[in-house]
Amino acid sequence: MRALLWRDLALALRAGGGFGLGLAFFLIVTVLVPFSVGPQPDLLQAIAPGVLWLGALLACLLSLDRLLALDFEDGTLDLLATAPLPLEAALSVKALAHWLTTGLPLVLLAPVLGILLNLAPAGYLWLVVSLFLGTPALSVIGCFGAALTVGIKRGGLLLSLLVLPLYVPTLIFGAEVARRGAAGQEVGTPLLMLAGITCATIALMPFASAAVLRIGLR
Amino acid sequence: MSIWSYANPVKFLTLSARVQPVLWVVSLSCVAVGLAWGFFGTPDDYRQGSTVKIIYLHVPSALMAINAWFMMLVTSLIWLIRRHHVSALAAKAAAPVGVVMTVIALLTGAIWGQPMWGTWWAWDPRLTSFLILFLFYLGYIALWEAIEDPDTAADLTSILCLVGSVFAVLSRYAVRFWNQGLHQGTSVPVATGGRSVDDVFFYPLVLSMVGFGLLFVALVFYRTGTEIRLRRAAALRARVGRAA
Repeated sequence: MRALLWRDLALALRAGGGFGLGLAFFLIVTVLVPFSVGPQPDLLQAIAPGVLWLGALLACLLSLDRLLALDFEDGTLDLLATAPLPLEAALSVKALAHWLTTGLPLVLLAPVLGILLNLAPAGYLWLVVSLFLGTPALSVIGCFGAALTVGIKRGGLLLSLLVLPLYVPTLIFGAEVARRGAAGQEVGTPLLMLAGITCATIALMPFASAAVLRIGLR
Repeated sequence: MSIWSYANPVKFLTLSARVQPVLWVVSLSCVAVGLAWGFFGTPDDYRQGSTVKIIYLHVPSALMAINAWFMMLVTSLIWLIRRHHVSALAAKAAAPVGVVMTVIALLTGAIWGQPMWGTWWAWDPRLTSFLILFLFYLGYIALWEAIEDPDTAADLTSILCLVGSVFAVLSRYAVRFWNQGLHQGTSVPVATGGRSVDDVFFYPLVLSMVGFGLLFVALVFYRTGTEIRLRRAAALRARVGRAA
């Protein structure tokens, strides 16, 4: 499992484009917002938590294509499916590698972009906490979507259509935590719901992903 | 003789051919009478005026939009567990009907909401969860269309339907966090037995709901039959192709 993790991390870091691309996309989305809604500080402050969450979600979606497609093309997935390691575990590791290379950098970059959007000072902590709790769920759900569409030609667009509705609850609770945090309100309930969604998806989604992938590879 | 014998496509087609004429007549007359009674036979509401009459379209279609997904969930489970092809095809056949019901509910809701709330759309929990349900339907249908092999497609869409159901329920409760709630409460609460609408409005509404339910069943029967015949045609074509 460790070997698989290192392999995926090394591939993501060295293959060029994939790793930095998500971050650059996140940056661009955030920079475009003041152009599209106008640069009034009050307005930006009000929408900053939601925009940052949406940007993180889209950046995560952008990289899902590569999660399994490359391995499918060069036959690595077939090897993984027949390896002694359960496919569920292999997919969990791949989702973890995906999170480490896209989710975690987004969490670290988000406060910097918060400055650009004039985020309220109280919001930084909760923005980071909510993204840290929520982005693993995005990776695990995305892994399911990638497994669903792996054998399909031009599956990228379909992937977005399938995955985005599944992202809705995570987005709602994550953005709610960030918004309440920025407004100085109590964040307990949405925070717990967000953590619950993440735990549940980490526990259950690998089984769905593996089941789907086995069908796809059949 | 159990219900499973209808998993045989021939038996299913025979049954559906026998049942369908009755279903069409009963369901269409229920819908026609329910709507006509509702539109012309009931008085205007004291507060909402005549706009309330859209309820006879709005409530039944919303009801069937949710129940169609539930029916797809059940048939998907049957396919995954017992691998009856008719079951998978019924799920496939129900999806477009469900999406049309969702669109009707959304459109009539918007048309009703405009004079009542002064807005076509609000990010209200009920409205929003319906919009998300619509997206789920789109994804489900798109996945069916995208996969060539019918058994693989049935497997993948079934699992998508299962996972989607969990997330649909989750979204339903997640969107409550917006908690403005412009939408009124349910008109016919089954759990409590009481109801918030008067008998005058209630009877045509029930008739129309029954009609929509039966209409859905008739449409699913019809479309499933089409799917079975399409599958047969494909099999025949494949056989001819091999022989040639």
